[in-house]
Amino acid sequence: MAIDRAEVGRIARLACLDLDDPAIDSLARDLEAILQHVTLLDEVDAARDEAVLPDLEPAAALRQDAVRPSLSQERALQNAPEAAQGFFRIPRVLD
Amino acid sequence: MTGITDLDALALLARLEARECSALEATRAYLARIGALDPALRAIVRLNPEAEKEASASDARRAGGRSGPLEGLPVAIKDNLATAGLETGCGSAILDGFVPLEDATAVARLRAAGAVILGKTNLDEFAMGSSTEHSKHGPTRNPWDPGRVSGGSSGGSAAAVAARLTPVALGSDTGGSVRQPAAFCGVVGLKPTYGRVSRYGLIAFASSLDQVGPLARRVADAASLLAAIEGPDPRDATSAPHAPGDYTAACASGVEGLRIGLPREYFDPALDPEIARALHGVAHELERQGARIEEVSLPHTRYSVPAYYVLATAEASSNLARYDGLRFGTRWPAAEGWEAVYRRTRGTGFGSEVRRRIMLGTFALSAGYHDRFYGKAQRVRALIRRDFADAFGSGTDVLLTPATPTTAFRLGEKADRPLEMYLSDLYTTTANLAGIPGLCVPAGLSRQGLPVGCQLLAAHFEECRLFRVGAAVERAFPPETPTWVAQHETGPAARGAGAE
Repeated sequence: MAIDRAEVGRIARLACLDLDDPAIDSLARDLEAILQHVTLLDEVDAARDEAVLPDLEPAAALRQDAVRPSLSQERALQNAPEAAQGFFRIPRVLD
Repeated sequence: MTGITDLDALALLARLEARECSALEATRAYLARIGALDPALRAIVRLNPEAEKEASASDARRAGGRSGPLEGLPVAIKDNLATAGLETGCGSAILDGFVPLEDATAVARLRAAGAVILGKTNLDEFAMGSSTEHSKHGPTRNPWDPGRVSGGSSGGSAAAVAARLTPVALGSDTGGSVRQPAAFCGVVGLKPTYGRVSRYGLIAFASSLDQVGPLARRVADAASLLAAIEGPDPRDATSAPHAPGDYTAACASGVEGLRIGLPREYFDPALDPEIARALHGVAHELERQGARIEEVSLPHTRYSVPAYYVLATAEASSNLARYDGLRFGTRWPAAEGWEAVYRRTRGTGFGSEVRRRIMLGTFALSAGYHDRFYGKAQRVRALIRRDFADAFGSGTDVLLTPATPTTAFRLGEKADRPLEMYLSDLYTTTANLAGIPGLCVPAGLSRQGLPVGCQLLAAHFEECRLFRVGAAVERAFPPETPTWVAQHETGPAARGAGAE
């Protein structure tokens, strides 16, 4: 499966990653080699086994939907890159 | 008397119990040894500045008759497990300065059992890697040969245990990240059954595969650590309400009558012949101790690495979407508006391997490719799971396999060849895909003097069987001191004799 620079650019936009030119080139090479290896999965005729998965999945445990104490505003903001007046300060989203 | 740092965890706990040493003395002995040996290995990325205070508090609890099962035992914690008040950076620039508000459940349970946290251990960034070379702190070196990798991603924890910078450590295992470094460093490493240990506070990589596990010098030490950290947790809906096992008893109960399977697909051409020979030696030894050895087949094994790298990266691309530089972590400013801030923060803050995996996972989930890659990998995962169900359903108690295709490779050897690096997880990803437990135990040394690890696999929640067989392997291959460590144990600090 061929991965070119345009395809890397498309994925990088979806993934929200800034990449410089050398990174784009090396990712195109790496992804192509890795996806080539992944085509090994094409050998498997898994369609006939599709019913297998749900049977073996453990059931998720549910907890009580109860109100509990949560973080204070001050603690919630403790790791914020920027905070002001009790809020997260974020880049402008409207022009 | 043997130096404190020469003692395995249970022996140290016995000495603490007998008041022959204090938690403070034990902690100081380990801190001194870290100071003497770690500058060359770089297994520990951050010491706990409160360690001595916590050790004194432990001594006070013991004096007051309130001892926990691990009272006074020093531990090291992989730096992707949250530690309240102690920076948790995950080996990533994007989490520089991040100080968790709470402990991970596994960490909280260790503290509740009386353990004293020495510090945080190095890892591949976000636990993505098999060599601990992809860390903002630089690589952790192998205590058997510092020119070689410690394995990954829990390489810091494995090297720290091997060099006796800590008696035990916690790691995490998504595709072999506890077991592979344990094998490379010649220590014991357990990936518990998925759901056995809460993932709360473990910084997520691939949530359907991640599991917290102990690393130790002895099988019985790993068993004691598991007993302390396991059990359901209301804060992790995937933690299982499963009864704990009597792990300590299992370690002493022998292998008489157990059926141990050698899966033929794990003895493939990729396997170093020397490791294959070592594994057959282990099988022979287990047979001598009363187990029955049989060949079994797990036909979909060869598809595990491609299935794993699709599923793990897909989950990672979703889990790592939270790193946007808004609420925590580092933000790289950009004049061009909010979207540019996201892109620059993520493009700059993540290292190359993390970016590669986010890209791969994003691709595998993107429109037009989802079914072919992610959907297919999920179906193959079900087949791998069924292979194990068939093997264990037809009477095999434990599977014996190599842990890694080779012994520890050289630093830099695979750093720029991601596919080769991924293939070093050949024998370990299956347990994560199937959710079953896996234990890695040392099985002697190669001709080059590097540790060889064997892997034991059992059905879901059958950790007791792993401990039975692991302890039997250990009786034949007792722990050894790494070559480089033996050469550098000079001076009282390095020998851990400071408190004698």
